[in-house]
Parts: sequence; C-alpha cells; structure tokens
Amino acid sequence: MIPVEFEYVKVTTIDQAIAALKSGGEDAKIISGGQSLLPVLRLRMAEPSVLVDCGGIDEMLGVRDDGGSITIGAATTHHGVMNNPLVQKHALLLAQATATVADPAIRHRGTTGGALAHADPAGDVPAAALALNASFVIAGPSGRRTVDAKDFFLDYFTTAVGPDEILVSFSIPKCDWGSHYSKFSRTAQAWAIVGVAAVVNVKGGVIKEARIGLTNMAPTAVRASTVEAALVGASSAADITAAAMHAADGTRATSDLHAKADYREHLARVITARAVRAAAGI
Amino acid sequence: MTAALDTGTALGKPIRRKEDAHLLHGQTNWTDNIQLPGTVHMAILRSPMAHAKITKLDVSGALKQTGVVAAYGAKELGDLNGGVPCVWPVTDDIKMPAFPALAIDKVRQVGDCVAVVLATSAAAAVDALDSIEVSYEQLPAVTDMEAALKSGSALVHDEIETNACYVYKMPCGDYAASRAKADVVLARRFINQRLIPTFMEPRSVVAAPMGMSDEITIWSSTQIPHVLRVLLALVTGIPENNIRVVAPDVGGGFGGKLQMYREEILVTNLAKKLGRPVKWTETRSENMVATHHGRDQIQDIEIAATKDGKILGLKVTLLANMGAYLQIITPGIPLLGMFMYPAIYKMDSYDFTCTGVFTNKTPTDAYRGAGRPEATYVIERIIDELAAEIGMEPMELRKKNWITHDEFPFTTVAGLTYDTGNYEAATEKALAMFDYDGLRAEQARRRASGDPVQLGIGISTYTEMCGLAPSRTLGALKYVAGGWEHCTVRALPTGKIEVVTGTSPHGQGHETAWSQIASSILGVPVEDIEVIHSDTGRAPYGMDTYGSRSLAVGGQAIKAASERLVEKARVIAAHQLECSASDLEFINGTFQVKGDPSKSQALGAVAFEAFTAHNLPAGVEPTLQAEATIDPADFSFPHGTHLAAMEVDTETGQVKLRKYVCVDDVGMQVNPMIVEGQVHGGVAQGIAQALFEGAEYDDDGNLLTASLADYLIPSAADLPSFDTGTTVTPSTTHPLGTKGVGEAGTIASTPAIINGIVDALRHLGVTDVAMPASPQTVWRTIQAAKGGAK
Ligand SMILES: Cc1cc2nc3c(=O)[nH]c(=O)nc-3n(C[C@H](O)[C@H](O)[C@H](O)COP(=O)(O)OP(=O)(O)OC[C@H]3O[C@@H](n4cnc5c(N)ncnc54)[C@H](O)[C@@H]3O)c2cc1C
Repeated sequence: MIPVEFEYVKVTTIDQAIAALKSGGEDAKIISGGQSLLPVLRLRMAEPSVLVDCGGIDEMLGVRDDGGSITIGAATTHHGVMNNPLVQKHALLLAQATATVADPAIRHRGTTGGALAHADPAGDVPAAALALNASFVIAGPSGRRTVDAKDFFLDYFTTAVGPDEILVSFSIPKCDWGSHYSKFSRTAQAWAIVGVAAVVNVKGGVIKEARIGLTNMAPTAVRASTVEAALVGASSAADITAAAMHAADGTRATSDLHAKADYREHLARVITARAVRAAAGI
Repeated sequence: MTAALDTGTALGKPIRRKEDAHLLHGQTNWTDNIQLPGTVHMAILRSPMAHAKITKLDVSGALKQTGVVAAYGAKELGDLNGGVPCVWPVTDDIKMPAFPALAIDKVRQVGDCVAVVLATSAAAAVDALDSIEVSYEQLPAVTDMEAALKSGSALVHDEIETNACYVYKMPCGDYAASRAKADVVLARRFINQRLIPTFMEPRSVVAAPMGMSDEITIWSSTQIPHVLRVLLALVTGIPENNIRVVAPDVGGGFGGKLQMYREEILVTNLAKKLGRPVKWTETRSENMVATHHGRDQIQDIEIAATKDGKILGLKVTLLANMGAYLQIITPGIPLLGMFMYPAIYKMDSYDFTCTGVFTNKTPTDAYRGAGRPEATYVIERIIDELAAEIGMEPMELRKKNWITHDEFPFTTVAGLTYDTGNYEAATEKALAMFDYDGLRAEQARRRASGDPVQLGIGISTYTEMCGLAPSRTLGALKYVAGGWEHCTVRALPTGKIEVVTGTSPHGQGHETAWSQIASSILGVPVEDIEVIHSDTGRAPYGMDTYGSRSLAVGGQAIKAASERLVEKARVIAAHQLECSASDLEFINGTFQVKGDPSKSQALGAVAFEAFTAHNLPAGVEPTLQAEATIDPADFSFPHGTHLAAMEVDTETGQVKLRKYVCVDDVGMQVNPMIVEGQVHGGVAQGIAQALFEGAEYDDDGNLLTASLADYLIPSAADLPSFDTGTTVTPSTTHPLGTKGVGEAGTIASTPAIINGIVDALRHLGVTDVAMPASPQTVWRTIQAAKGGAK
C-alpha cells in the first residue's frame, strides 16, 4: 500500500541526525536500509512524520580495526559486513549470520546496524552479536554512551536505543574461536524458525569455553547459558548432544504458523548440538 | 535435455523467445504503467471480518478529503453495483447466490468490497478510506466444510437456506459389485489444501471512455480479454460493440486471472459514470484475500483391488470449498478433475460424488491444473498405499494396471477416450535417468543403519486432460460457452505476416511459438511474422488462455488459417504464372511450377498482387488473408513419469528434494525450449503445494497467511535443478500432433513429492503426511507414528 505522507531528511553528521530527530518530535524515525521500516510504513502499521536518513553519515559506514576489537558502522549494509575481511577474520560468526539474512537484494540495502536496532526476535544478527559479546555506541541529545550486548536487547523490537537516539556503531572483541551460525527456516528467504549462533574455544579436542546465542526463542535473542556451562570439558559428539539438551532451558518460545512452542524447543536442542559440533569441529 | 525435431522448418526448433527482450529490458507495458490524462484512482474499503452485518456505512466523510472526486457504498452505487457472474451452473438445482460488486448489508469474506473512493491520486484515495464511517455486527463465520453441512450451522447465504451449493454425481459401472469382489478395500482421506495463485504482477485495471465515440476501453491484467468483454457487456449493460478490452503485458496468472472480478465491474461502471479514466491496482495484501484461491477439497477415496494388485474399482467423494461466492467457474473446477481420478489405470467401475460447500472464505476457482491436480494427487497417493498394503513394488503395481501403448485409443471407465500414449516408454526413460535401482539400494542401507536422514522415492505416473475444449462436451457439462479458438492470418502487401490469435498469453511465449507454426506453413521467416493478441479491437475473436488450451486448440486454428491462406495464394499465383493451381508446388514460401523452377512467385509477391488487385483471377477477392475457427475434436492427454528422491531429516522433520527426474510426453513440440520452461515452472509450482504453500484461516475466518512472509512460495534457491526429458507420442486428435503442457508439471509433481516423503518414513509406521509437508508437520507425523507426542 501507499504509506502516509512523511517528510524525508538526509543528514551527514550524527549531530544533524539528533537535531532532526528532536525537531521531528515523537513521530520522527531513523531510516537506514529501509528493509524493515518500509514494509511497516506501507502496511500503515506506523505513521512517522519525519524519516531521518542516516545512510550519508561517514562515521556510520564501514568497518575499522581498533586493535583488540573491530568496530562496524551501524549503516554498513549486510553485504558490506559479510564480505569485509576484518569481519571474516575477527568476527566470522557475524559474517556467517549476516549471510543468511534474506536474499542478496535485501542484503545490499539492509544494514546490520538497522537489523540490530530493529531487534526482530527472528532476526539473525542479534544472536551473533550476543555470542560475540558486542558493545554498542549510542548517541543522543546528552552525548554518547556504550552499552553491552547483554543490556542492549530489551524486548520485542525494543533495544536500549531511545526514540531520540541513534545507534552509531557496534564493536566486537576479536575472536578466533570456531564459529557457526545455523539457521532453521522453511525457505532460503524465510525468517528463522530457530537460529543458533555458536562460538567455541577448543583446545586439544576439548571445549574450554563456548558462547551461544539463540534466535527466535524469546522476545529477544538470548544466550543459552546452561548449554554454555555444560559444554565446558566436552570432547565428543555425545557430550555436545547431552549439553545441547538444555538449549530450551529458560527460553520463552512462542507459537506461530510455522512452529508451535514445543517444536521450537525441540529444534533448539537439535540445532544447538549441530551448530556447536560444526563450530568445534567435533 | 530436449530433442529438437527436424522438420526442415522453424517448427520444433528451440529458438529463443521473441518476447523476452522487452521483458528483460524493462520495456513492458503493465496495466499499472498506463497513465491517461484526467485519471482518477480507486481505492477500496474492504471487510476486515469474514461474516458480519454492515450496521452503518457513511461515505460522506471521504468526500470532504483533498483530491477526492467521488465515494460510493452499495446504496450510492445503485444500479451500477453489478453482480459478478458464474458461467458454470453444474447442476439444475445448483444454488447461485447473488454476488454484488459492493457488499449489500452483509459481508461474507475478509476482503469483501464495502465502499470505494475515487481521487485524483492513488495516495489521496487510500488516505480518504479512513474517513468512511463503517460499523459491523459480527456473525458466526462458517469455516469448516463438514460443520457447514450440519443442520443448525450458521449460513453464508441465508436466502438459500443451506451451505450446500450442489451435489454432483457420476456413477460409472457398478462400484458395489467391484467392492464385493475385492480382496482389498482401502479407504483414505486426503486434504488438498487451499492455495493462493500469487502471480507476480498484481491485478490492475484501467477503464477509459474514449471521448470521440461511445467506446470504452478497458485495460486489464487478465487472461481472458475476450470473455471479459462479453461478460462486461452482460453485467454493465454497455453495448458489447462499444467495449474494447485489452490485456497488455500480463505478469502471470496461473488461473488467477481467468476471472471477471468485481473490481473490473466497478472500474468500468465508474469510468462510464464519471466520464473519465478510472484506475485501480491491487496491493499484495489485497491480492492475498481478494484474488480467487485454488484447490481446498476434502477428498475421500476408496480403492477396491485383488490381493495380487488388480484394481477393480474406485470411489471418490469430495467436499469442494466454494468460498463465500461463486465466481466465473467456481463450481466446475472439481468436475474438471472428475474425469481424471481413474487416470492411467484400467478398472471396472468408478463412482464420483462431489458436494460444493459455501464458507466465509475467499472464493475458489481455477488454479494451475484446476481439478486435475486434485485428482492426480489422490489417485497417485492411493496407488502407493495400495502397493504398501499388498506388499507390491509401487511401480510394478502401476505397470500391472496401466493402459498399455497398444491399447490406445482407450476409453476409460470415466468415459474419456485417450487418443494416444506410451506410459511404458516414458517410465523406462525416467527410471534410467533417475538411477532408480541405485537409489533403492541407498534407501535400504540408510534404513539398515538407522541413519537420521532417511531416503524415499516418490513416483507419479500421471496423465491429464487439457486443451479446453470440445464445445459439445462443455455444453453437456452445462458450461455456458464454447471451447473453440480463432485465427486470422494476413499477408501484407510488403510481404510481412500478421497472425491474429484469440489466445491471450501472459508469459507462455505465444508470439514465438505461433510464429514458428505459421512460418513452417508459409515459408516466411519467424522474424517477419507479428502475432497480434489480447486486444478485442485488433484480435476480435477468441476464447483466451487457460486449461493448457492455447497450443492444443489455438495452434490448430493457426495451422488451418495458414493453410487456407496458402490455398488462396496458390490460385492467384497460378493465374500469374499462367498454369493450373495443381501444377504448383509451394516450397520455402515460393510457388514453383512443377518441373520448371524458373517459373515461380514468392508469397510476398502474391500478397502484393492481391493488394493491387490489378490482375486477379475471376471470382477471387482482393487481399490475401484467411481465417479459421476451430473446435477441437477432443481434449488432449499429455502424460509422463515423474520421480523424486526425498531426504527426510527424522530429527527435525526437514525435507530435502535431492533429485527430480521427469519425462513428459506432450506430443509434438513446437518449441522444445518453451516446453522445458513450462515443465520447470509447473513442477516447481506442484512442489510448492507439496512442501510450502497453504492458505490458513482461523476459526473466525481471518486469513492468517495474508502476506508473503507467512504464505511461503519457494524460489530457485529452494529447489534443485530438475532433470527433464521427453518422449514424443503425437496426438492423433490434434492436427499438429501437439498436446498441452502448461499444467502437466504442476499436476504431476505434487504426489511424487509426498509419495517420496511417505516412502522414506514408511518403515517407521508413517502412512501419510499432510500438505504442505512443513518440517513441523513431518516431525509431528514421525512422533505420532512412534507413539510419542502428537
Ligand atoms: C523480505 C525480507 C526478508 C528478510 N529476511 C530477514 C532474515 O531472514 N533475517 C534477518 O535478520 N532479517 C531479515 N530481514 C530484515 C533485514 O535484515 C533488514 O535489513 C533489517 O531488519 C533492518 O535493517 P535496515 O537497514 O533495512 O533498517 P530500516 O528498515 O531502515 O530500519 C529498521 C528499524 O530500525 C531503526 N533504525 C535503523 N537504523 C537505526 C540506527 N542506526 N539507529 C537507531 N535506529 C535505527 C529504524 O528507525 C526502524 O525502526 C528481511 C527483510 C525483508 C524485506
């Protein structure tokens, strides 16, 4: 359908973006790749008065090496992120998760920061950000702050980014563990029924430490912390499968057309075992 | 993997499609691209409820909005609120409730049209919908067919006092006797789920009164411009000779645009009333609820057989969901399947009963295959189940019962006469391409080792009836139209050829294929032939495109008209060359005197003579053109063997189509590349029903799969590359030897997939898997068979 009439502002600095959000008032919204926002506007599920386009802000584009971590501008496209050598070297899990987002056309427009800010519980990137211990730089009228991944995702489509704020970038501590993102979906372009993002530190065939993020098992991406603990010391497929039996512990899976909650929980267990085995090479 | 037929002409060559350049270069003329000065745009207020009384409707608020030109509810529209027609009253006592374009007092489906706004921009029209005051009193929704038929059920249409639309019976032979003789009687229920056509280009219609005359031109994204013209005249009262209907580039239809929609009536009537062009283009959200749906049958099938696998009889009892209203051929769809349940098999008796049922859902109608996929699905499923029951190899059971190639022409128990076929040849070729024995061995290994990923082989040996249709047969089935097709061929003074066809392509490639047929007869290069279609002003006669009829029927008209043109030209050429017509040979577009090749005249030169008319033989009229209107002698019966190797992950229920082989026999192929394209697309669409698609409603009649995020259609990424092959057994009832190919793949592939999944899981106790076989459904089926949680 046709969206309700809105104003469009393209800005080139963070300060301009914050000023534009402020003058636009309550209904002003950031638009990044538009791949989640435009469908919402076209269905008239949201009727913002102003859209502030952050795609022209240099600071929000590209990936840089910060020594111990890499920093990814929030307006970098999925395509740019998954093909970036720094991401592939130091945050492979993010590249793996991003590569499963929708299709090439959408990955060329949609942005990874946009996906994180949008925080769809079925989105693929948040689980990877959790597993990689990402931290987020948020700018607002009162300056900048940094929020850890565990405090970033608050609820369905809700993050620590306030309505008058903007996500500038996110940083990922360099990680050379084995990694794998396993997405269970019905078609190649469909959203995840369940997704599992796993990074595993294996030494001498034994798992020393693991971090696992789950997609679509709760109102936000969540860590499978019971599995993470149970995996320490695992050295066989059977060990991993046993640990993965806890994948649904503490989750709040919902039921929808593609999966009822009990099936989602079952899938979480099966897919977690497979993702960890693939990441660990066990 | 298609073999080109060497005819020495363009016929049978896999030449590239003429129409593709403009499609690929963005030079298409979609209806929505049409911009006429002074256009007003229509937006529609649709019912959010499946069944409700309209307790208040006030459109006056909309009239106050910027840009709004007019707004109407049913009351304001009055006589212009035309009714959507149904042209297939299948029984004498069928119930045919009124279907007004704008709902009167009651809405009966989500998406029913309640009011319209016309404004100078599409945005203004949509904005103004919010200013219409409407309120509803919700009524109980009828959503379940079996419950709908129970006494005391809420009624979709109070005035007909029942939800049963009709009961159609066709008893053939004595089924009770067959059943009494049988060692095995197997009864099963299958659900052929509801599907949404989801063609790529949404519907769009523009109507414009042409100021200088009484003509009104309607551009519509339709498969049926000719039929639409007749129906618009009948419904609107605008004289037919003042109506011109054009289907510009049309982006797919699959039966979904074989329809006269309420929006077409509204746009036409309002353009006439307002005296200016009116345009409406549906959104995808509207498309999901307001474009007709397909399938939706509960199918009870019973098969009677001997213990060594001889089929004796078949009984089929259907409940067919009509939805809330009858559209153009809603009630007839199950009847198109009725003849095909016995399929390729010999048997003594067949008993068919179908009950059409009204529910508060979107009306159903033709969708790729229309009735025959439903039939093929259950017969091919029950054959596999019978094979399992009596412990026979499923292919052996088929071989034991199918019509052998030396038995054609063969009249089936359902009364159809199949002209030709060779099921043995197609099957043998498919088995070889598939490595059937190798896959069976792998299946055995995986079973023995308890592999979490099991392998199954799905078979579908199908035939179908298409090429709609002999007019007499349609008449006997109470269909209110004929099944003929028309062609006019003109040789222009400059030697170029116009082929005017009554078929209406929307992706199929008629411009290329029709040129090839005409070229092969006229000896004129394909590039010099222009195919004119889909415009009742330029191609006035036709019955349009659906039911795999365009080549099977329309091709005959092109052949006949081209041949008539050559005969007329021969008389003129003989006169010019001063010989008798019988002394002339027509070779590569040139008439030559037999034995004296120096005396010749090309067809183009004859055309010029016919144009100047300076020196024509006595009694021969000027101009070189000929026409033919052909009623087909019979339906066309393509057939083939499709084989699917299915991997099923028993831990998650996820299914993977590993390999798909099909060998189709569509008779003579005018263009093997186009045939292959139709097979690929058709197979994909049938697989989509088996694995992905399914319209789901809640108990209140809300469509839950109302967007493409929830209604899953596969893309190329979800399917393997299919291995296609063909055998060629020319049709004997169609002069070109051709059969239809548009629907064959869709009809064949659905049961192959499900048979493959069941075959992979049969050792676990699984005997059926519901469609679409989503991972959850497959997983729950496995759990249930294991005796675990449902
Ligand atoms: C057909 C389709 C399929 C898809 N499939 C998947 C999938 O399988 N997996 C998946 O993960 N995603 C999927 N997506 C979503 C895709 O990943 C989007 O790119 C992403 O959700 C949003 O990114 P965007 O840049 O397009 O954001 P936009 O649509 O521009 O914005 C989304 C929301 O985030 C806000 N926002 C954006 N950037 C910022 C910022 N820097 N600061 C503050 N707020 C911001 C906007 O205000 C808006 O509310 C799909 C999208 C489509 C259209």
